[in-house]
Amino acid sequence: MISPRYHREIPQRYRLEAGKCKQCGNISFPPRLVCPKCKSKSFETVQLGREGKILTFTIIRVGPDKFSKETPYVVAIIELNDGVRLTAQVSDCDVDKVAIGDKVKLVFRKIQDEGKSGLHCYGYKAVLT
Amino acid sequence: MIGIVGYGSYLPRYRIKVDLIAKQWGADTEAIKRGLMLYEKTVPGTDEDTITISVEAAKYALQRARIDPQKIGAVYIGSESHPYAVKPSATILIDALGIGPHVHVASYEFACKAGTEAMYVAYSLVKAGEMEYALGIGADTSQGAPGDALEYSASAGGSAFIMGKENVVAEILFTNSYTSDTPDFWRREHEFYPRHAGRFTGEPAYFKHIHNAGKNLLEKSGLSPKDFQFAVFHMPNGKFPQEAGKKLGFTKEQMEVGWISPWMGNTYSGSSPTGLSAILDVAKPGDKIFMVSFGSGAGSDGFIYKVTNEIDKVRDLAPKLRDMLDNDKIYLDYGEYAKFRKKIILNE
Amino acid sequence: MLNEMKSRFAGKDVAVIGVGMTKFGELWKKSLRDIFVEASLKAIENSGVDHIDSMYVGTMSGGLFVGQEHIGAVMADYLGVAPIPATRVESACASGGAAFRQAYFEVASGHSEIVLAGGVEKMTDGADVTEALAAAADQEYEVYNGITFPGLYAMIARAHMHQYKTTREQLAHVAVKNHKNGSMNPNAQFRSPVTLEQVMKATMVADPLRLLDCSPVSDGGAAVIVCSVDYAKKLKKPYVKVVASAQASDTIALHSRESLTALKCVSVAADKAYKQAGLKPSDINFAEVHDCFTIAEIVVTEDLGFFEKGLGGAAAENGSTAIGGKIPINTSGGLKSKGHPVGATGVAQIIELYEQLTGNSGERQVKNAKYGLAQNMGGSGASCIIHILEAV
Repeated sequence: MISPRYHREIPQRYRLEAGKCKQCGNISFPPRLVCPKCKSKSFETVQLGREGKILTFTIIRVGPDKFSKETPYVVAIIELNDGVRLTAQVSDCDVDKVAIGDKVKLVFRKIQDEGKSGLHCYGYKAVLT
Repeated sequence: MIGIVGYGSYLPRYRIKVDLIAKQWGADTEAIKRGLMLYEKTVPGTDEDTITISVEAAKYALQRARIDPQKIGAVYIGSESHPYAVKPSATILIDALGIGPHVHVASYEFACKAGTEAMYVAYSLVKAGEMEYALGIGADTSQGAPGDALEYSASAGGSAFIMGKENVVAEILFTNSYTSDTPDFWRREHEFYPRHAGRFTGEPAYFKHIHNAGKNLLEKSGLSPKDFQFAVFHMPNGKFPQEAGKKLGFTKEQMEVGWISPWMGNTYSGSSPTGLSAILDVAKPGDKIFMVSFGSGAGSDGFIYKVTNEIDKVRDLAPKLRDMLDNDKIYLDYGEYAKFRKKIILNE
Repeated sequence: MLNEMKSRFAGKDVAVIGVGMTKFGELWKKSLRDIFVEASLKAIENSGVDHIDSMYVGTMSGGLFVGQEHIGAVMADYLGVAPIPATRVESACASGGAAFRQAYFEVASGHSEIVLAGGVEKMTDGADVTEALAAAADQEYEVYNGITFPGLYAMIARAHMHQYKTTREQLAHVAVKNHKNGSMNPNAQFRSPVTLEQVMKATMVADPLRLLDCSPVSDGGAAVIVCSVDYAKKLKKPYVKVVASAQASDTIALHSRESLTALKCVSVAADKAYKQAGLKPSDINFAEVHDCFTIAEIVVTEDLGFFEKGLGGAAAENGSTAIGGKIPINTSGGLKSKGHPVGATGVAQIIELYEQLTGNSGERQVKNAKYGLAQNMGGSGASCIIHILEAV
């Protein structure tokens, strides 16, 4: 991950900062410049809650090179309690026991390494609660 | 009154039993269990490191402290497994937890006592009136070379302590340190595993420093072992802290609660701080806690805490250490453990 | 109303007058440019035109697969047609469909007389294919977290199975049917039929999708020659007419979609296409759809209006989508069996429509086919391009 590119996503990846539309209240994660619901361009920064549930998921058995030593791992689409949806790995679990509807919380984890000498890249993963 | 206003610990869910390590190297399992008093140890997930462990521990400390993260004026993480040789661990932590940017940050290293040094400096800054709150953390994902005695103990976990003046849950009454140049254990730059001096790590290193720091702390405070409800010492294994405590005059009962190494292993910089966390989870107002850490190289930091009425308000605000230690464990076999700990040679 | 819609979109009536493609597969001895030039020369020869005025090349990622960008110029140079305008078009896996649509616009607008629309991909030169394909998803918020394309469609599959009780067997039926069709296509990568059992026991890639649910990694090129119907008539060659060209987009990230079991880009583009052509789903005689994974064919055939929502799996199982069924789907073998050299796919779909509508499909010929529909999709459904062609 090239440093500037990694750096600019830190508020979202570390702290789950989102943009709440001042006109219609829709929350965009990551923040956007135009509200997809009402087209307003006025937002306030909010921090998402960390609890939610699994809407759907898969178990990655064949990963890209970067994640090939991590397989099998679960990736899920998670709906947070405030309605925002995101994609995250589900960590620390028996991959064969994850189910749609499972309650999760997001924790701070290392997501990937940029080779042996590059950056450690952090962000959110889910764990079952 | 100055002391701990919020504390939190984090242990990974993965474990390996010492039996599997012993079997791998043809060692005598029963002798290890008996000699070192070790049964199993924590193992970090492949997505966990000193930083992620510190973030989770500090998050729990903040939950208990119930303070605005912006009021924290300094964050120090003590570890011998900082993910970067050059780049501070705590910059990542402060951005994850909404601390700063007006905050002092540094990574500390002093083998297994970098955590208590971080706590000491955090406490001292508050005492000096430099800031309202300061955060000291000890965390590690310790490495022990495959087949080495350290492999049975080197584990992962950490604890975070927010020091402050208001709503103190454990007042710090006395502190001290005892340090000398003692080459018992080291890791050279660019080396993957630490080396140690075998039996020299015992008497001239661990026991000498713990005992002298402990003895000096008792003298300084004018207290005697019987004045304490709890005592905790650095736990390189299960056996050493019991012996060190006994020699200072503490009983098994006083050490019982903080003695977690038989099931946790040695979390290095997070060892005695995590024992302290286990004690705070159950201590009653008025209880006194005696704590001495040890870091190879070598030195020991001593602390005497007095628990306040505030403890009852905060201990349930975050997960308790024994719950993390005893529940939701995922056991690994040696192959999985070797993969998790990057002990298998792979192509880039 | 329909006529109004139609007149708003159409300029000149547009025809396809010639097609050409390479065999799809692992073409170890052929480079990206060799593949494209081979397909284009075949198309030019097949059409009988003596020149082309302009060309579009659909390629998903020359950059990641072989480190080559500026594909338009490369191909015009090696096809020997420089200095004509040559433009690379990209819409991930829908790049080929997008290239054809640009050629359609250029001819319909009267700007050019004869335009080549091609597509090409060279995927076997050693790149990390999983990572390159993943670039079609949200790099920062999906791919960063370890998702892959099989993974994205697996999440759609699991949601569809959960919501509509679609079964694992129904997914497998799509693969079995498409391999059977592909076995009759000389250009297909896999010409061997597979059994239900083979699909059900294939290596797991991203639960619940197995290896035989996934389209393969392929090299290949495809090209068609587009001109006005008026010009086609002068050439006195078989041609087919383009009666609809529609496109739609959706959120780049699957997690931001309104529904995880429907592809809105497909239903929106289909709605536009049917209106342009003045047709209903039931008027379509056969379709080539984007079966990058078996679940995609199931969802797409629902969202094209061929089957009620939730019944796409049953349709695959009961033979409705087989040749001779209610609406044959992917008579070419689809991406699944014919192969999926990403940028070439959308153009190869047009080729199958042309062959079927001109009666040249041999043993996989759909009888009395008048209307064929091609649906080409990018990413996990963030873009979709639909064309309807009519036999004349």
